[in-house]
Amino acid sequence: MELFWFIIVAIVLVVFFILDGYDFGVGIIHLFMAKEEKDKEVITKSAGLFWDSNEVWLVVAGGLLFMAFPVYYASVFSGFYLPLMMVLWLIIFRAIGLEFRSQFSFQMWKDIWDKSFGVSSLLLALFFGMALGNIVRGVNLGGVENGISKYEGHYFFLPLWDASFSPLAESPGVIDWFTIIIGLISVVTLAIHGANWIILKTNASINTQLKNTIVKLNTVLVILTVISLVAWQWIRPNCFDNFMDKPYLLIFPLVYISGLVGLFFVKKFDKEVYGFLCSCALVFGGITSSLASIFPVILPSTNAVNDSLTIYNTATTEYGMSVAMGWGIVGFVLLFVYLIVQKRLMGGKVDKMDYGH
Amino acid sequence: MEDMLFYDRLQFAFTITFHYIFPQLTMGLSLIIVFYKGLYLRKKLEKYNDAAKFFMKIFAINFTMGVITGIPMEFQFGTNWAKFSELTGGIIGQTLAMEGMFSFFLESSFLALFIFGEKLMGQKLHFLTGFLVFLGSWASGWFILATNAWMQHPVGYEILENGVFVLTNFSELFTNPWLLPAFLHNQVASVVTSSFVVAGIGAFYILSGKNVEYGKLFLKTGVIFGLVSSMLIAFPTGDLNAKNVAKYQPAAFAAMEGIFETEHAGAEIVLIGQPNMVEKRLDNKIAVPNILSFLTYQEWDRQIPGMDQFKEEELPDNIPALYYSYHIMVGLGTIFMGVMSLAVFLLWRKKLYVSRKLLWAILFLVPFPYIANITGWYVAELGRQPYLVYGLLKTSEGISPTVSSGNTLFTLLGFVGLYLILGVLFLLLVGKTIYQGPKHQTH
Repeated sequence: MELFWFIIVAIVLVVFFILDGYDFGVGIIHLFMAKEEKDKEVITKSAGLFWDSNEVWLVVAGGLLFMAFPVYYASVFSGFYLPLMMVLWLIIFRAIGLEFRSQFSFQMWKDIWDKSFGVSSLLLALFFGMALGNIVRGVNLGGVENGISKYEGHYFFLPLWDASFSPLAESPGVIDWFTIIIGLISVVTLAIHGANWIILKTNASINTQLKNTIVKLNTVLVILTVISLVAWQWIRPNCFDNFMDKPYLLIFPLVYISGLVGLFFVKKFDKEVYGFLCSCALVFGGITSSLASIFPVILPSTNAVNDSLTIYNTATTEYGMSVAMGWGIVGFVLLFVYLIVQKRLMGGKVDKMDYGH
Repeated sequence: MEDMLFYDRLQFAFTITFHYIFPQLTMGLSLIIVFYKGLYLRKKLEKYNDAAKFFMKIFAINFTMGVITGIPMEFQFGTNWAKFSELTGGIIGQTLAMEGMFSFFLESSFLALFIFGEKLMGQKLHFLTGFLVFLGSWASGWFILATNAWMQHPVGYEILENGVFVLTNFSELFTNPWLLPAFLHNQVASVVTSSFVVAGIGAFYILSGKNVEYGKLFLKTGVIFGLVSSMLIAFPTGDLNAKNVAKYQPAAFAAMEGIFETEHAGAEIVLIGQPNMVEKRLDNKIAVPNILSFLTYQEWDRQIPGMDQFKEEELPDNIPALYYSYHIMVGLGTIFMGVMSLAVFLLWRKKLYVSRKLLWAILFLVPFPYIANITGWYVAELGRQPYLVYGLLKTSEGISPTVSSGNTLFTLLGFVGLYLILGVLFLLLVGKTIYQGPKHQTH
């Protein structure tokens, strides 16, 4: 039952990052590449039409995590207090950037909200990547100093950084060189993903140029991925054990690699959706491979005193999880049905669609 | 430790107060939108459709604000109330997750379809999407109230040796005797708010001579909805709630009614008076004897326990705030009933649209249902103190053990600044929409 809910929460999270991920990516591309007003408008629109229904997945992921793994929810949310609060503020800035841009037509108003949308998207992509980096790297559970826990074993508090910026420090911070690498991977991946979304959903004049950008970014991504794997192996020598023991888990990195390879051919695809599917594979493969490599741990402990958090020692009772399975499946099906209906109804390019206000 | 509790509570109070400005309007307004859209389907007069679409624009702005201020609420359970989440997540996680999965989902999905899809879907389906938005927003209220009801009056649980609350009966979460009265009271209160907003916009149009025809329509709708809802808010919903408090939280009941000493021959109802916490009495009191006993138990001389019957640590920790919140809510409710009765009377005598003084009064009353709604929630939340889960888990035991007060103060200041900007933008956009009026078409 723990496994069932772990998979469900993981799926919801992955769907969130695929869906809202393209919004972040659109913001990054918008920030650096959109120059003409016409492009800026359709590019914001390609995210603006969808962000709030995409955010449903974040709220659902949060709710399900809370219900099924309350200990984990409590531990992680209070431990990552500062970065999470900043994420909240960024989410707010991004949303008002998207929603308020079209409300007045003078240029400075639009510029303000364009920057608000772009910068917060960039930072969100970075923060979410670093969050993943923190989760696979692990934290000083229990706040251990000199072998003694300051808190109960499943609580911790992460400073923003440790003076050494090293992932191997006794009490590593949110920002260290390893999490920065993962953060950058996330920024690059989502920028590619957003570029594919823009190509798919708009007739922006920069679309041809974007394909070149995707190939370049993809090269950067390959390099970053290799660096991160080496670094990870160095930090956590047993990080590939899960894949050795259970070879079927290799499907996740394979999905990632196929997305990576596919994106080099983005200029040759005869359908724009193929490029988008490749970057979906990147997001899916990246997150699932990371989770698979630490499974069943969901937050490693960096000290020897307190045990890592796993799906088993953080879950609620059997009864709670099974009763939630009933309504959970119904809700899950509804979410997917709606997602398909929405993508059909609002299929095609957004240039001609009414922004609605 | 004291400090941490204080800032955690302050941050939650601040963010939830600001957040609740928005859902209380969207819940009530969605009902009025469905009403207009239904009227349009039946009577085929364009003005009803314009009205529905106009208020959906206002709804959309409020909804966006509700979403972006709502996500911090969900997060704060984990960030600032980690111990509470750890101990009770297996129970309230159920209702909160259902809120996200069913109601928030319905609302945000079908709002987009309502706004974009009128031409695409035809009128009947358009009505249906409007109805689903209404359903989603009321379901959201239902799940949130179910969560709160469990904290006010816990049911269907068992406490393990390590203090963890586990769910033993799922359906009891929804048959909780606290839930239905609280839900109805809350929903009717949100209809009061939106009635005043609709009537207020109508009054503004008539007084300013702009969009006068729509002004009359809005005013008429607003005062009729307003009269009905401000009656229902007192009876039966308010009455049922008060009886629940008297039954399940007698200490909170004594504090909110301002009964310091138990009167053996029936309790009086306090209309006005100031709690004096040093002398343990009400100063400058105006009260009517025996009414409270009658209202609560339909017996004139029924004894109601005063605060002297409870131990210090069982009483709410801020009695004056609770007492004032309750009396402000009740006082405002009475004023709403009076104003709306007068307005409906004048409407019947066909004098409402020229009664400029009353129109001004309605316009200026628009903020007050917001105050009444929010003080109403303060009554529920302050009354539950010093507990998070009534009688079982103290508020001080629920906070995050690792988040220092300095960190919370920092983020609280961040929220204050950010919400100030949001508030200004919100007023600007709503003001713009009202100024442009229902006839304005974008693109």
